Amino acid sequence: MAVLSRSSSTAAGGPPSPPDSAPVGPTRTNGVTIAGIALRTPYWVFTGAVGLIFLAPLLWTAVASVAPQAGTSQTDGWGIGNYETLANYQAGIWCYLANSAFVSLTTVALTLLISFLGGYAFARFRFPGRNILFLVTLAILMVPYATLLIPLYVLLNKVGLQNSLVGVALVLTMFQLPFSTFLMRISFEAVPRELDEAAMVDGCSSFSALWRVLLPAVKPGLITVGLFAFLAAWNDFMAPLILINDTERMTLPLAVSNLRGQVQGVVDYGATEAGVVVLALPCIVLFLLLQRHYVRGFMSGALKG
Amino acid sequence: MSVTAPSRPPSPAVRGRARPPGRQALLGWLYATPTAVFVVLLFAVPLLLVVKMSVSRWPLLTGDQGINAPDNFVKAINHRFFTDSVVFTVKYTVLATVLLLALGLGLALLVQESSRWNNLLRASFLIPSALGLASASLLFYVLYSPYASPLAPVMDHLGVTFLGSPNAALFSTTFLIVWRYAGFYMVLMLVGLQGIPADVYEAARSDGASRWQTFRKITLPLLRPTLALTTVLCVTGSLLAFEQFYILTKGGPDNSTITVVQLIYMVAFQGQNDLGVAAAISVIVLLALILINALQLRAFRSEES
Repeated sequence: MAVLSRSSSTAAGGPPSPPDSAPVGPTRTNGVTIAGIALRTPYWVFTGAVGLIFLAPLLWTAVASVAPQAGTSQTDGWGIGNYETLANYQAGIWCYLANSAFVSLTTVALTLLISFLGGYAFARFRFPGRNILFLVTLAILMVPYATLLIPLYVLLNKVGLQNSLVGVALVLTMFQLPFSTFLMRISFEAVPRELDEAAMVDGCSSFSALWRVLLPAVKPGLITVGLFAFLAAWNDFMAPLILINDTERMTLPLAVSNLRGQVQGVVDYGATEAGVVVLALPCIVLFLLLQRHYVRGFMSGALKG
Repeated sequence: MSVTAPSRPPSPAVRGRARPPGRQALLGWLYATPTAVFVVLLFAVPLLLVVKMSVSRWPLLTGDQGINAPDNFVKAINHRFFTDSVVFTVKYTVLATVLLLALGLGLALLVQESSRWNNLLRASFLIPSALGLASASLLFYVLYSPYASPLAPVMDHLGVTFLGSPNAALFSTTFLIVWRYAGFYMVLMLVGLQGIPADVYEAARSDGASRWQTFRKITLPLLRPTLALTTVLCVTGSLLAFEQFYILTKGGPDNSTITVVQLIYMVAFQGQNDLGVAAAISVIVLLALILINALQLRAFRSEES
């Protein structure tokens, strides 16, 4: 238990990576001269402008969603009229939020469980079919989304999981497996074998060695896997678009995108802005909290090449 | 469950395994079973089914009506949007890949040195990538609209719209994609740049190489593996483009922005409701993708020698 809490503190509360402070210049230079600052100013202005281009669309949407705007639910003064319209749209935002939360959390739980066990198997055991299974799992990346969704629609229909949020979560979990299995395999391989072998010499079964000794050691990998599974499932559009028919079973991205054709092609731009804010908020919060894990996930993709 | 483990560390010749091979294989399979079940049921079986569907008459509502090869492929290739969608998808892929790789590398070079200001910049370049593609598309749908956009007066003044003409729609959508993915490619490029040893740069500097020479003769050649990986990723992703066009342009104006994956969706679920033809296009896309990736990898490899 001591091991677990220690590693969690290093995983979550490591270096303060979120950019919380005001933008100050490079502090590493030992002699900050006036000439140096003058030389760097155009650089700061230029890079700052580029950075702003990336932030501006997000900031504008957040402001516009509460600003007065003709043709929306918020015409006079500032307020949350657009959010009220969004909240009452069709089956109601709570229904869509619950659907999205269900799909995302189920996908995260399944992905964590499967890739944790699978990564352990691939990293620590030799068994017939091991290489084939690993290659086929990675091959999921090679196959277009649409190529699989058409037959999955037919198959899930046969077993009663089409038009079902469980079916969507299963499909999304499968699409997460190449990345998460690969990441968990290299996470387990980075742990010295002596650690779990020592535990087993001490009388642990392989399962309890996995649970008590290896779980804390691969926790950063699990956080990355969980983060990417959540972002993928929360934001996924195509799987629910193809698999879900009923309005009250739609996920949030589908519901918000449907706002556009609400009445005879009249688009409620205000409610769409509010919908984008609700969709983006959890992603941005998670990004800021887990930035290091997020970047590491991208980087492990780069190392694969 | 007691484990009969030797008390001494096992010889390195058997790669440090403590358990007898039979037991090891059994345990390995036990831990890999969830992965295998998902990969077989949700990937391998659908992949075989899509091939079967592509040679069968398979209307959306009535299901399998027996083999009809090669009718679906003939219908797919003769579809009135097939050639247009292939040409448009390739055009979009070239544009998006060139811009994303150039910008990804540019941003990486801009923030390569580690400082607080650069960390802040990296974070702002990366934030859009945490958004879902659907959310980002909805955001730009509002941003590009002639009614709600903050740029509406500018559009009015110049007499142009962001999505009004085929070229404008292509460039506007590409801008959204560049905004959403540039940070991702920046991270991959940063990983590649960090892999170039510092003493190579030192040597170049002591030989009096200019910045441009250093970039041309050292950075680019040594970055080749990264460039190969990012090209393959970007080409694959762009060839499979769907959400951005489905949400932003709905294939318009005048059906000028229909991508191949959109065509699959249209044929399967919008009007024509022919899963057989949709499966045939899916199989064509899959084969084309495998061929294109093989050619790309080969091109990068032969350049190396």
